[in-house]
Amino acid sequence: MYFDSFQAAMAMDGHGVFVWSAYGISVLVLALLLLRPWRQERRVLRELATQWKRSNQPPRGTNHSQANSGLSREGSDAPGS
Amino acid sequence: MTAPGMLAFSGRLLRRQVVLSLRRPVEIANPLLFFAMVVALFPLGLGPAPATLASFAPGLLWIVALLANLLSADTLFRSDFEDGSLEQLLLAPQPLYTSVLSCVLAQWLVSGLLLALLSPLFAVMLNLQPEAIPVLLLSLLLGTAVLSLVGGIGAALTVGLKRGGMLIALLILPFYMPVLIFGSAAVQAVITGVPATPHLAILAAMLCFALALAPLAMAAGLRISIDA
Amino acid sequence: MWSFFHKLGSPPWLYRISGSILRWLLPLTLLGLALGMTWGLFFTAPDFRQGNSYRIIYIHVPAAVVALAGYYVMATAGAVSLIWKMKMADVALRAAAPVGAALTFVALLTGAIWGKPTWGTWWVWDARITSMLILLFLYLGVIALYEAYDNKEAAGKACAVLSLVGTVNIPIIYKSVDWWYSLHQPASIKFTGPSSIDPSMLYPLLLLIISFYALFTCCLLMNMRVGILQREARTKWVRKLVGL
Repeated sequence: MYFDSFQAAMAMDGHGVFVWSAYGISVLVLALLLLRPWRQERRVLRELATQWKRSNQPPRGTNHSQANSGLSREGSDAPGS
Repeated sequence: MTAPGMLAFSGRLLRRQVVLSLRRPVEIANPLLFFAMVVALFPLGLGPAPATLASFAPGLLWIVALLANLLSADTLFRSDFEDGSLEQLLLAPQPLYTSVLSCVLAQWLVSGLLLALLSPLFAVMLNLQPEAIPVLLLSLLLGTAVLSLVGGIGAALTVGLKRGGMLIALLILPFYMPVLIFGSAAVQAVITGVPATPHLAILAAMLCFALALAPLAMAAGLRISIDA
Repeated sequence: MWSFFHKLGSPPWLYRISGSILRWLLPLTLLGLALGMTWGLFFTAPDFRQGNSYRIIYIHVPAAVVALAGYYVMATAGAVSLIWKMKMADVALRAAAPVGAALTFVALLTGAIWGKPTWGTWWVWDARITSMLILLFLYLGVIALYEAYDNKEAAGKACAVLSLVGTVNIPIIYKSVDWWYSLHQPASIKFTGPSSIDPSMLYPLLLLIISFYALFTCCLLMNMRVGILQREARTKWVRKLVGL
């Protein structure tokens, strides 16, 4: 250990602001660099799972009928207006 | 009927492109007008002192010429892409290398060449030393040709995109930097009394290099853009 | 050799192998980074001329080295994509660009912060700094071009062409910027290369350079896994992976 105390390590003979801000920002950027793909991968996997689950359900499932009713409502509105 | 040979084809293509752009004189005039207007901005921004302007003139003239060239880079393949003749060009039996080269040459004749020929006028307005003007002309002749070739790569890669205008500047400006360095240094050299030949020679070397390689990249870029 | 090369083009194999590589490489990388930074911050003597501010070198130099190497990784992926039409090379190219850009940014930023106590100014138009700035523009250009295309297959190929053009141009840009700087060099600022660095200062630097290379590899693989999943979303193996 080069420094005598915690305070000395923080101050670094007046250069502490520069050294610590450089290290701080760099560590932050590197952490973001690692976290972003990690979160993205989990999100993509989750989205795919829900997407597959939905499309795997038989056509008479709730999702399908809802989409259908939405469409038919629009269709019935159009001629009246 | 046999297809025309490579050289005859390139000659005809060159003639077609030049005639097409001559029919739209406003588009030819736009970069030149831009050049003139930006030159007029500098005395307003930097102050009208002749000595200040003269000392900045080599760099200023070169930067403005570069930006004017950038403006016209986007239009290189745009209209041919929109009317479908670019696709014909890709399907033609003649090598794409030479046909792309004649497109760039046609564009340079109506942009870079005119810009270089007009530059002495603006050089006088910015109080550039009279001895430096021939070198400015020569460096712009060589340099704008390199810029057109490099700009063609960017144009080929972005021609299929609807919003390519700003993107092309992002893509090709880094590759313009070496040309700017040596072009303005050539003019600066005359002012400081050093021979400008080395800089001009390097610009000429860049031109040879770009002539050899840029059409390959352009051809690859066009094929990708058409496929997309 | 060739069977390995063919396997590289297979998304499920690449996804599986990258997972098992990351399992040991990622902890090792984090350990290396933490060790190297602690070593550089607390356990080395200060430089006799620059004092403690020189400790920034331990992130500045590795970031700069790996940022430049990253461009060549990207361009190699581009060449593979154009020559062998390998889709996974496109994925690698897209994965490398943001990592390289971020590392270039770190190198520029730490350089600026280091410059303040050393030269008294945040920014100097020095040859190396200017070249790094141009490198950042090149990276950002590749990312912007990729994002501008809706057709991602064409985007990968266009970026491959652009990164190859960049590779041809990088030496020209570097040489001309070097030459430009030597022409205009102001006399007040003297740059002394780290030619005679003390071994006690060199070892943590080497450790960090290796760790940054490992970090680049980790980020590249992780970004590639995301890219693979997005490209292969409709295939059977991804369906099995998701658990359906």
